Amino acid sequence: MIVSRRQFIRTGVAGSLLLAFSGWLNAAGERRLSSDERAMLAAIAGALLDGALPPAGDERSRLVALTVDGIARTIAGLSVASQREVGELFGLLVLAPGRMVLAGVGKPWREASVDDVSAFLESWRTSRLALLQGAYAALHDLTFGAWYARPDTWEAIAYPGPPRGYF
Amino acid sequence: MQDPIRAGLAAGWKHIDAATLGKGQTVEADVVIVGSGAGGGVTADILSASGLRVILVEEGPLRSSSDFRMLESEAYPELYQDSAARKTMDKAINILQGRCVGGSTTVNWTSSFRTPPEVFAFWQRHYGLRQLSAEAMSSWFAVMEHKLWVRAWETPPNPNNKVLAAGAEKLGIPIGAIKRNVKGCWNLGYCGMGCPTNAKQSMLLTTIPAALNRGATLYTRLRAERLRFSGGRISALDCLALRPDGIHPSGKRLQLRARHFVAAAGAIGSPALLLRSGVPDPHRLLGKRTFLHPVIISSAVMPERVDAYAGAPQTLYSDFFLHQTAIDGPLGFKLETPPLHPVLYATTLQGFGAAHAALMREFTRVNVVLALLRDGFHPESQGGQVRLGRDGLPVLDYPLGEVIWEAARRALLAMAEIQFAAGARAVTPVHETAPLYSSWAQAKKGIAELPLKPLLCRVVSAHVMGGCGMADVPQRGVADHRGRHFWLGNLSIHDGSLFPTSLGANPQLSIYGLVARNASLLAAELSGRPPPLIP
Repeated sequence: MIVSRRQFIRTGVAGSLLLAFSGWLNAAGERRLSSDERAMLAAIAGALLDGALPPAGDERSRLVALTVDGIARTIAGLSVASQREVGELFGLLVLAPGRMVLAGVGKPWREASVDDVSAFLESWRTSRLALLQGAYAALHDLTFGAWYARPDTWEAIAYPGPPRGYF
Repeated sequence: MQDPIRAGLAAGWKHIDAATLGKGQTVEADVVIVGSGAGGGVTADILSASGLRVILVEEGPLRSSSDFRMLESEAYPELYQDSAARKTMDKAINILQGRCVGGSTTVNWTSSFRTPPEVFAFWQRHYGLRQLSAEAMSSWFAVMEHKLWVRAWETPPNPNNKVLAAGAEKLGIPIGAIKRNVKGCWNLGYCGMGCPTNAKQSMLLTTIPAALNRGATLYTRLRAERLRFSGGRISALDCLALRPDGIHPSGKRLQLRARHFVAAAGAIGSPALLLRSGVPDPHRLLGKRTFLHPVIISSAVMPERVDAYAGAPQTLYSDFFLHQTAIDGPLGFKLETPPLHPVLYATTLQGFGAAHAALMREFTRVNVVLALLRDGFHPESQGGQVRLGRDGLPVLDYPLGEVIWEAARRALLAMAEIQFAAGARAVTPVHETAPLYSSWAQAKKGIAELPLKPLLCRVVSAHVMGGCGMADVPQRGVADHRGRHFWLGNLSIHDGSLFPTSLGANPQLSIYGLVARNASLLAAELSGRPPPLIP
């Protein structure tokens, strides 16, 4: 693997510190999402799905809430190790210091705009820290997976769904 | 639609869902087989046919055609490892691997290739596997092709596959037709979610019902924890029953005792079981040289509808780029055309927000071509290593180095050129910083400069191989050419973990052929009957 020693150490140290910090707060595993986690995921889903979601309003909020429900279901079906990692990530992001320092989002998640959240997602997407890039990928996959798993999202992409009625 | 699994259960098959066990127990048989995929299924069939009492252990659930509703929301959590989100240690590669009765054969896309002759030749030269050659193995492949209905696919390719053909033809790149193991296929295109019409001749429909009809016992939602051994022989396998969620242990334990044990848990599961058990490994080879055929993806928007979700998924391929250099030179790659479904495509597609939504609106016009990089032959392509995580479950560390990225760039260029030659309006490598290119000239320049790194360029895999490699001597491998473990007398390995390199071809038929041979030799030994005519 061609990774410079310095970069490896930097990523490794940052990674273990982050995880030790959030792991302490979040032993993770089997549990329901807290309301803070739901608010955080709603803000992230709002940014990731912007363009697929209707403009601000009740319908948008309803669809975002359904997506957060879908994310919770997906997490419950992951392996114990993956659930723990997702729990650590969420534990970190719901806390104000994690949100401000790592994500660079100043306002609480409920008040953060799509632009604020998009800027944070963009910075993680191309971060030099593998840990943040991996965390972005997890949020990306959980959100888009939950969105396109629902048949009511298929019409917008002209997907007719699986063949029906033959069986 | 008749469901042969439900019919078999009603007729009295011995299936025990370990999630329903009220208390722990000890059970005895002649042979315990861990895993019910390509390796475990064929082994169970052949051993039970020789009159041996067989127990099959599967960590996933038993699901069948009545359950297969062609919905991603149900199929991924039910039928795949980690809900189809299994990742390498650094999260840079997503691995699609089955976790249900039938293993990956229940959810694969039916592509069937024999092990290429040049791969056998490499194994002979480097691993002393002189018993294995294309000629020596041809009868075993023929037997399994016949049994599992591996046949030429006569139906015209779907438009998604036609893009690969049209582009390649324009550029003078030869294309071949993929044989598929289906019987009476409805050409639906949902093979990855379990076949709802029982056309796919997977282990779920063939070898496992055959073994159960002969009285074999199938345990599901049962995790193989540890092999107990002393004096060079295994005495028992300790297992953990899982809860109905299929994730958490229920606290009930099973001990399985037998004369012989077969690890067929796949190239991540088998090395992990052996590592957890602490089996002898004096040359430190166990879990190393694990290969993935790292897959690089190119997405194109075509002028007409492609509907890549409909019709037999992979029916055409090109090996042109496997044969441009020596087998141990810069990595060659095989081109194929995967099916697309909304979750699979949306999660793999880079970016978010308006740009992502815009590309998703083109979903029905999207064509995707993929390149399987042939890892494990170049001296610097050493693959990955299976280790144990803190809970004892496997983690695959697969570093993506320069030899992979150099090949990835050639693959992205080749795929974009083919897609534009086929008339694509736009092409994008599935990569976090790649834009949509609107011409081949633009793509050629852009891809040449694209930074290729883990987590920037999307890499996926559906073919896990190696980790318990075969060789002539214990200094070079974990098992011999018959899959017999070098250090424990009554342990065999019967799955893709035996391959000392990757294959450069979808592995299912290579596993079927090799395991049919090795299970036949084992059956002769254990039952005291004459060995098969083709050794």
